[in-house]
Amino acid sequence: MTCVHLLLTLVFAVSLGTPVEIQGPRGVPLTSIQFYVENKPFTCLDGSRTIPFDRVNDDYCDCKDGSDEPGTAACPNGSFHCTNAGYRTMFIPSSRINDGICDCCDTTDEYNSGAKCENTCKELGRKEREVLQKMTEITKEGFLLKQHLIEEAKKGHQEKQIKVTDMQENKKQLDEKVEVLRTVKETAEQPEKEAKERHLKAWEEQKAAIRLEKDKAKMAEAFLELDDNADGFVSVSELQSHAELDADADGTLTETEAQGLMGGAEQVDMSTFESVWPNIKDKYHSEVSREEEPAPVETPPDEVKEPVVDNDSEPYPEDDISEEEDEDDEDEDDYHEDDDKVYHTENLSKNIEKELSFDFGPDAEFTYLYSQCYELTTGEYIYRLCPFNRVSQKPKYGGSETNLGTWGSWSGPENNKYLLMKYEHGTGCWQGPNRSTTVKLTCGKETVVTSTSEPSRCEYLMEFTTPAVCQEPANTDLSPHDHVEL
Amino acid sequence: SSHNSLEMGLLSVVCVSLFFSSTFAVDRGNFKTCDQSAFCKRQRALKPGQSPYRALLETLELSDSRLTLQLINDNNKVHLLLELYRLQGNMTRVKINELKPLKPRFEVPDVLIAEPPTEPLSVLSKDDNGVVLSLGVKNQRLIVSARPFRLDIMQGPEVLLSLNSRGLLAFEHLRLHKDTQAQPDGAEVKESVDGDQQQDEGEKGEDGESDKEEVGLWEETFKSHTDTKPNGPTSISLDFSLPGVEHVYGIPEHADDLKLKTTDGGDPYRLYNLDVFQYELYNPMALYGSIPVMLAHNTQRTMGIFWLNAAETWVDISSNTTGKTVFGKMLDFVQGSSENPQTDVRWISESGIIDVFIMLGPKPSDVFSQYASLTGTQSFPPLASLGYHQCRWNYNDQEDVKSVDQGFDQHDIPYDFIWLDIEHADGKRYFTWDPHKFPQPKEMLQGLMDKKRKMVAIVDPHIRVDSGYKIHNEITSKDFYVKNKDGRNYEGWCWPGNSGYPDFTKPEMRAWWASMFAYDQYEGSMENLFTWNDMNEPSVFNGPEVTMHKDALHGKWEHRDIHNIYGLYVQMATAEGQTRRSGGVERPFVLTRAFFAGSQRYGAVWTGDNAAEWDHLKISIPMCLSLGLVGVSFCGADVGGFFKNPSTELLVRWYQTGAYQPFFRAHAHLDTTRREPWLFGPENTALIREVIRQRYALLPYWYQLLYQAHKTGMPVMRPLWVDYPKDTATFTIDDEFLIGRDLLVHPVTEEGSRGVTAYLPGAGEVWYDVHTFQKHNGAQNLYIPVTLSSIPVFQRGGSIIPRKDRVRRSSTCMENDPYTLYVALSPKKFAEGELYIDDGHSFNYDTKKEFIHRSLTFANNALTSNNLCPNCNFLTSSWIEKVLILGASKPSKVLLKMDGKETPVDFEFDTSMSVLTLRKPGMNAGADWTLLLQ
Repeated sequence: MTCVHLLLTLVFAVSLGTPVEIQGPRGVPLTSIQFYVENKPFTCLDGSRTIPFDRVNDDYCDCKDGSDEPGTAACPNGSFHCTNAGYRTMFIPSSRINDGICDCCDTTDEYNSGAKCENTCKELGRKEREVLQKMTEITKEGFLLKQHLIEEAKKGHQEKQIKVTDMQENKKQLDEKVEVLRTVKETAEQPEKEAKERHLKAWEEQKAAIRLEKDKAKMAEAFLELDDNADGFVSVSELQSHAELDADADGTLTETEAQGLMGGAEQVDMSTFESVWPNIKDKYHSEVSREEEPAPVETPPDEVKEPVVDNDSEPYPEDDISEEEDEDDEDEDDYHEDDDKVYHTENLSKNIEKELSFDFGPDAEFTYLYSQCYELTTGEYIYRLCPFNRVSQKPKYGGSETNLGTWGSWSGPENNKYLLMKYEHGTGCWQGPNRSTTVKLTCGKETVVTSTSEPSRCEYLMEFTTPAVCQEPANTDLSPHDHVEL
Repeated sequence: SSHNSLEMGLLSVVCVSLFFSSTFAVDRGNFKTCDQSAFCKRQRALKPGQSPYRALLETLELSDSRLTLQLINDNNKVHLLLELYRLQGNMTRVKINELKPLKPRFEVPDVLIAEPPTEPLSVLSKDDNGVVLSLGVKNQRLIVSARPFRLDIMQGPEVLLSLNSRGLLAFEHLRLHKDTQAQPDGAEVKESVDGDQQQDEGEKGEDGESDKEEVGLWEETFKSHTDTKPNGPTSISLDFSLPGVEHVYGIPEHADDLKLKTTDGGDPYRLYNLDVFQYELYNPMALYGSIPVMLAHNTQRTMGIFWLNAAETWVDISSNTTGKTVFGKMLDFVQGSSENPQTDVRWISESGIIDVFIMLGPKPSDVFSQYASLTGTQSFPPLASLGYHQCRWNYNDQEDVKSVDQGFDQHDIPYDFIWLDIEHADGKRYFTWDPHKFPQPKEMLQGLMDKKRKMVAIVDPHIRVDSGYKIHNEITSKDFYVKNKDGRNYEGWCWPGNSGYPDFTKPEMRAWWASMFAYDQYEGSMENLFTWNDMNEPSVFNGPEVTMHKDALHGKWEHRDIHNIYGLYVQMATAEGQTRRSGGVERPFVLTRAFFAGSQRYGAVWTGDNAAEWDHLKISIPMCLSLGLVGVSFCGADVGGFFKNPSTELLVRWYQTGAYQPFFRAHAHLDTTRREPWLFGPENTALIREVIRQRYALLPYWYQLLYQAHKTGMPVMRPLWVDYPKDTATFTIDDEFLIGRDLLVHPVTEEGSRGVTAYLPGAGEVWYDVHTFQKHNGAQNLYIPVTLSSIPVFQRGGSIIPRKDRVRRSSTCMENDPYTLYVALSPKKFAEGELYIDDGHSFNYDTKKEFIHRSLTFANNALTSNNLCPNCNFLTSSWIEKVLILGASKPSKVLLKMDGKETPVDFEFDTSMSVLTLRKPGMNAGADWTLLLQ
């Protein structure tokens, strides 16, 4: 007969250094032990009925809630508590008691099955602590990095806001001018030569004024671009980032050279910049146009996990086709020039507005991922994740790229939607769905794609670590869990 | 799974165009109709009542067990030899072959388990018109009529069955091709269609050319494929009349109703093993397997016809009551003008001989045992294979397998087998593992073994032609490949690209194949790795009708002759390999898609590549019922549907249905989204968990039924009429079924269903709802309101079902768990059942009689366990933890009598449901005991 009679177990708690003997029915956690009083009738924990105490753990299910058989597999819904001294305590479904498989590291679930289980709690505990420690470190550092990211994002955001506002203002002015110019042009195009000549002078004046305005607008834009830290001043070092201004053409703009350009000042504000502008405006390249060339990758190219600038997918304003037109009329020329400017400004501000429209997280901590790409090379493919843009896959040894989805939405669980990114509507599969990718974000010091898989056909799963999801580390106690409740 | 072959990058454009279909449905154009199959068209054009065959009574020879007689075709003077045997167990065998064929005609080997034992025939009377023979039992006689030739089997004054009663016997004798003949013999050719000629001429009159008559005789083209037919026309045909019969069943595999339909005006049912991409429902098209066995049933008698022929076969069914309404029939009856209802059946095969077994019943169970005595019974599978199987094309890699395995534990859902489809192998080279995805197969298998779980990996019969592949090289060097008509190795396209097809009809080839499953040959295999044979019709992507050319050669026989048995041989050799790897100790488990008569001996069958549609869920019932009737009990359909994505409701309903069918496996196409049971929200996970647990709790009953099927041939999953043969209301039911005799299941197979109407059979009987224990009377249509959690299942009053209600991670984990006996009392307060226990996996039950088999009887207020096998020897640590007696009254006392002692047993009584629960009687499951209610 295999009927198991009430088995009382001895459990040693070692946290105080002295063994404390606690008796209780097998499988009952310390927190519930008061409900199991030897030789007193036991009331099922759901209160459904009361049974003699000898029916507790007698390998027959009397309570609907399974509470009379915490130490046997008799109840279909019971749970067994393993103490797992040295590791984590846990509950297992009571169906795993004596099923021949070792579930509790302290072996207590297999007391009558003949399974040869070894107590692995200490080892598991040690490993878990190691992992926890590592995780804690990562979380800590990651969280610090996240703070930086948040700071940077904040700054960038303000800057861009200003930029957008300025540009909108700029654009407004330009629009007005274009309007004027157009009137002028239309008028100028009237066949009456007289009228044309009458207007010519006024036009010349206008043109000069407009050129001045345009120059001012350019200057203002340059100032904003140069003012990297958006403190309202352009400093020597900020100017130095524009190597094209180098006077002696040795490839570098030294501090002295820069200071020279700035009329000897350490930094200049907007109004003072007016006097600096003539010195640099001929050589100055807007950062916008500079971005059109691929930025140099900062890390060696074989480091595939490092970010790469997203240079092939972000739409940048195309130069206006009017440039190709044969222009023999100065008015036309001016008119087009201004029109281009409007177009250009519009695009710029659209891009920035688009960027500002993304949900970069509660503290904008994901901003830094924008316009970046991260790659992972596997046996066959190079996978490329460009956050907020798209995911793609390219055969390692030649072949065309496949779109695995473009940015859809955050799709994590309700309590934290920022744990999953969904990219949708990729290249269609033959007789199947369009490819899509779920990106799972985990806390890490580095921003890296760690793995990719295809759980269902054309539904990809990418694992991605970033400091941006690191949570503030709790003050975790890393001491062994051997004093935890039984 | 056969897979949507279009996905194969390796496939040629030819192949792609062959398979392309833009909508979800079979491309019918890929498969022949009877009209497109020359012999079928030729044969079907024959008109009844013009039989040219005459029995030459003077040639009659009678030995103890065999009667022979010559037949002559008066049109062409070709002589046939008729052989008649009276077989033990109320069967008659009729063989017809050419008396002197030009060369031997194919007779199907390896299907009969032995030469069927005969019983003496005796001549009762004989005159110029015929001979009357005694069939021994019950006044049964066999009458041979001479002119035209005809056979009638009579019992008393009643004709049970007649052969050639419509004169459709047609035997195309072997002949020389006129081109190769010295003297063209037009007459010979003209008569070659055996009586069909006038008809043919009539049809082709407009063409006005006599050589048109030859179309399809010596060559036949279907789509781009030409069948060279070096032997010319070789088809055979015979008709059977079944007076008094309105219901015929069987001849799987077709995606159609349980009761076979008449085929007038449409195509006959076709038996030709084919890989049908996205098959359609409710039509007689051929599918993956063929079992040429038909059952005929009426309230008086059940009979069977087993047409032992492995060539392409068509079966026509007609009935004189078709189209008559119930009212019309009644009117006939009242007016006395009713002709006796009759079903006429006609079998047509492309080659071979006529070899028919007539199983005379009379009870359904008699027919099952008669057929089992010929072809064997269902193999007794390992217990674990009755658990739940989790399959998908494909579990991608070891990590994937591990995480799915863990998913089951996390969600506390039991399962026994996880499956790997074709992507697991290295470049579709079966017996190998993809080195990147499955670098450590043993580690993976050990991980599963540690949890007492198992794995199945696919091994298909097409072999990649690749000089770097050991299997291919060995088959080549041993010259084991099927040959094409020119004698070179036959090659065709399948998953690996260009593939060879081993000639499984060769015993030496099968022995070699079996040896490849040895642990030291099949690298990475372990004892918990089992096998799945797919694509064994065989599937040839660029072949005619997606299969092998009929003029390919298996030794001296054409593929035409053996086609339908190829798949059986594949599974046979595989099962043999699995048995051999353990030295004959462990039972194999092999799943097959293609099958033939006798396949039941080698493992399980599934219904192939179905789809995630409600109708496909519904059809799974008649498809498995039809297979069960002809021996294949271990049947299932892909839970969830193979193609397409099921709605959550459909998936849940499919689990609820599949859990109550013998082979319970979820499977999904590569293109579908993941559908492991926990991916549809906690409520649906709970619903699926619940039904899988119900399956596991009933494993003792399933196991006992498989044992019974193995011993007796009784189907596990049965139509109601098998157990209620006189209740005509049951004859067409195929939306509900019985598991064994004692459980009735009416799965919910309608979308958005709020209720089902189940027919509970048995006047004067009662049925108990297994979930609520509510009692219902038999012989009624019962409306059952349902929710998404409802699975209408009833236990027959009068039965005892043992369950293991402690559901664990896998069936193996439940080995030593105690039993609960569910005793459902009949109105006469009686119940009986059985309990079968063995080790669950070895042949020791057979070789060493290591099992426990007990009868459980409740009568006179006492429940008794008696030993049904006193000389058996097996010890179990399982015990009886609980006994539930449904429909009981409250006793004052309950005593356990065992070992001469009487001990009181605690009990509870639920007055509202009349359920008596005996608490922990505690006796060992193998012991003798009695529980007395006082």
